[in-house]
Amino acid sequence: MDHIVILGNGISGVTAARHIRKNSDHRITIVSAETDHFFSRTALMYIYMGHMKFEHTKPYEDGFWDKNRIELKRGFVSALQADKKTLLFSNGESLTYDKLILAVGSKSNKFGWPGQDLKGVQGLYSYQDLEQLEIHASNNSACRRAVVVGGGLIGIELAEMLSSRNIPVTFLVRESSFWNGVLPKGESEMINRHIQKHHIDLRLSSNLREIISDREGKVKSVIIDETGEEIPCDFVGLTAGVTPNIDFLKNSGLDLGRGIKVNRFLETNLSNVYAIGDCAEQLEPIGNRRSIEAVWYTGRMMGETVAQSICGSRTAYQPGHWFNSAKFFDIEYQTYGWVFSERIKDASEIHFHWKHSDDTKCLTIATNKDTGKFLGINTFGIRMRHEVMDRWLTEQRSTDYVMEHLAEANFDPEFYRTFEKQILSSFNKKIQTTSL
Amino acid sequence: MSNFQRDMSLTGGPPKSLNSFQKLGTFIGFVGLFIIVLAGFNVSFPNKTFWLALSLITITVGIILFTWASYRNQTEGIKNHGVWFKSISGRGLWAWIAGLSLTGFYVVLYFFPQFLGLQAVGDNTGIIAFFDPLSRTLSGNPASQWFVYGTLYTVAILSFGVKFIWKYRHNRYEKLRTISVMFFQTAFAFLIPELMARLHSDTFSLPYYDLKNIWPLNYYNFEQYRIDSFISSGTIGLTLLIFGIVSIFIITPILTYKYGKRWYCSWVCGCGGLAETAGDSFRQLSDKSQIAWKIERWVVHSVLVFVVVMTTAVVATYLGNDPTKYWLTKDLFLLGVGLLLTLVFTLIWVFKRKELQKDAKYGAIGYLVILLSLLGLHYFSGSNLFLFEAETLRKSYGFLIGAIFSGVIGTGFYPIFGNRVWCRFGCPMAAILGLQQRLFSRFRITTNGGQCISCGNCSTYCEMGIDVRSYAQKGENIVRSSCVGCGICSAVCPRGVLKLENGPLEGRIDSKDILLGNDVDLMHLLNNH
Repeated sequence: MDHIVILGNGISGVTAARHIRKNSDHRITIVSAETDHFFSRTALMYIYMGHMKFEHTKPYEDGFWDKNRIELKRGFVSALQADKKTLLFSNGESLTYDKLILAVGSKSNKFGWPGQDLKGVQGLYSYQDLEQLEIHASNNSACRRAVVVGGGLIGIELAEMLSSRNIPVTFLVRESSFWNGVLPKGESEMINRHIQKHHIDLRLSSNLREIISDREGKVKSVIIDETGEEIPCDFVGLTAGVTPNIDFLKNSGLDLGRGIKVNRFLETNLSNVYAIGDCAEQLEPIGNRRSIEAVWYTGRMMGETVAQSICGSRTAYQPGHWFNSAKFFDIEYQTYGWVFSERIKDASEIHFHWKHSDDTKCLTIATNKDTGKFLGINTFGIRMRHEVMDRWLTEQRSTDYVMEHLAEANFDPEFYRTFEKQILSSFNKKIQTTSL
Repeated sequence: MSNFQRDMSLTGGPPKSLNSFQKLGTFIGFVGLFIIVLAGFNVSFPNKTFWLALSLITITVGIILFTWASYRNQTEGIKNHGVWFKSISGRGLWAWIAGLSLTGFYVVLYFFPQFLGLQAVGDNTGIIAFFDPLSRTLSGNPASQWFVYGTLYTVAILSFGVKFIWKYRHNRYEKLRTISVMFFQTAFAFLIPELMARLHSDTFSLPYYDLKNIWPLNYYNFEQYRIDSFISSGTIGLTLLIFGIVSIFIITPILTYKYGKRWYCSWVCGCGGLAETAGDSFRQLSDKSQIAWKIERWVVHSVLVFVVVMTTAVVATYLGNDPTKYWLTKDLFLLGVGLLLTLVFTLIWVFKRKELQKDAKYGAIGYLVILLSLLGLHYFSGSNLFLFEAETLRKSYGFLIGAIFSGVIGTGFYPIFGNRVWCRFGCPMAAILGLQQRLFSRFRITTNGGQCISCGNCSTYCEMGIDVRSYAQKGENIVRSSCVGCGICSAVCPRGVLKLENGPLEGRIDSKDILLGNDVDLMHLLNNH
């Protein structure tokens, strides 16, 4: 019986623990500095908005861990001594392991902006971030205006959160259109309009130059780089992406890049040390996937995979077809397969775009121009059935086939209006115009 | 662990105050209630029709104004902002005040109707008399305390129904479902029975019959006075009696097989109707713990056994022993009940045993043995059927279940325990439909592959206390006997993970492992471990 120590109680670490318990009798300890119990990080926003309390974000009852003989240790690890198989804690304690799984997650990016460490300036990733947010932006008298810097998924969520408390928000987006490094133009522009409909002061092509302090070391205003405009504010959210949280591992002997380098078996260069989730950086790329994927479900999958290896059947991490989802204010977004934005797609990928006249629903289908093969789909305001999309991608269906059968993939609630006919007729028209 | 609900900054917590139109709406609504309260103190109104109309209209207008003020500046979509910050929906002071007031109302209604103006001799006074003009318009008779209750109940479903529709205006399932409960309450529970009373004459008298109120929810449907009046009312009465029997034994199983129990619990039923409309603000308060689920299973099925025992005993008392007078004798009836219960048990045991949890097996066997031995004991020793007098059973059921459980606790404690306490822990109809739904129905909530992010919105807003997330995050479909199919889990899900569906029985529950994103080989390994 080995002692398996898992550093990090997020989705990756907890999934690993659960599956190791399912398949073995190893002693399991999960270490976290953040919270006593696993909670859903993606639900932090709903606590702030008052949809849920913290207790609702915990997927397992507190008795679950004891019942499954998973030990929980609260503590901040300051260093790893791999040669002694020991973790050192900031309070001087230590913990030895037989096998170590690093599931340490990410931290918010800070790109060296002047004033980035002032009071009232923060990212949104951890439970502690939420506590800080509650202090600096509890309502619109404590925070008369907030500035959110960085137009990605966390940025738009933070903007939604703040506006749920009637705090005016200025949203600085570096790109010329929201998230257009990922989303094709039509979609990105629809989301721009949707953001503005929610009374967010959206500033595109705007970079942060500097954050100005008041006399108490608290944020007073920000300055926009392009225009030099000064925007007075009481809170600044830094949401320009996240990066693996690995500073404490620098002298551990681990092979580090931006993240902890792992092979397809999620093994690091040190024996008996694995890395999973946000902090793992794949040595070999997997399909079109990024080498570091800070995504909920990939963390879960890596947790399951590493559990297999630890329980005796060395297993490679093989994520299936890419999929993901998000929500932009009221508009749900789902993606299956690969649809690249105009900024990064290559010439062989062509797009069919359809948008509903109400400006809250649209979709984009990517096709290989030469073969007619269906590459992927983005939908906004229309839910798609994962099972069907996954099957079509595996079967390498053509876009023509997908368009014909799109109704089979619809996952909207019963009685919802459907748009497949409209989408198909628009698709057929476009084909005619392009072939003329 | 620190708690976000406390005020952390010097300037106070998150915004939770009402805007001025919401305040106005609340005020107008309370003016309407106040007029009724005044009537309760026998304030004499010069023109009762006018004042009654005024009070009912102001209540409705107040609620609708509040609704408009709440949602007019919001875009379509889920906006549960501040639900847990607000006193009324977050178990704060206002929740307790509302809970105690509602509970108090039910106690008065069931046990002290004299305070509503019920008089043993002569015309009613107070609130009951205040409702006379409306009652006379509909049925021609003066109002009773039940008419007062029915009217307020209908007003609540209609006006809070408007609120619900407005709140979920982006969701056609929710809109249609709510229009349906509003219709069934107004037409079937309120207007039709009142209008039916107009047909009464010396020779023709139907019992007050809400056709959608099916036994065993309508636990008194087969009591002697009702059967007598059904039978004495000729073809119409007999048709209604047969409809009552057909409802539970034929219509209900078919519809539940096709659509799940939601066809009743969240589309038709009056209790469900109130829970879904007036109770919507409290759905997040249901207890999701494993222990609550366990208690629920034992309590709700015990109530079901209780109602079967009580009804059997009551019906048996008025059946004769002479087969030449009427074919259905007491012995034949009891034999029939015994056979039916045995048949149901055997079918479930043979075909569905594998799907039963351990405690369900113990419970089913235990209750069957007890029921059959009580029947046998009575048959062979002539002791009291089920040990107690039928009348005692009937009275205890009416008091404990009909009044205390469904009214005082079930509705009175909406703001504390959530809006479906009765439906979840107490309703025997829900128990029967739940058995059918769990074991023999095409209904399920489909989980959309691997899209779940375990956020917990679905579980939090499940009024039946189902931990929806625990299934969704495993990629498992949700097939639970208690699910009333309200569709809110699917509505609040930010990632489009849940869909209420009717589909084939095969693979109804199976987890779609591969879709969790894992490679087929890995899942094969996992499953074989």
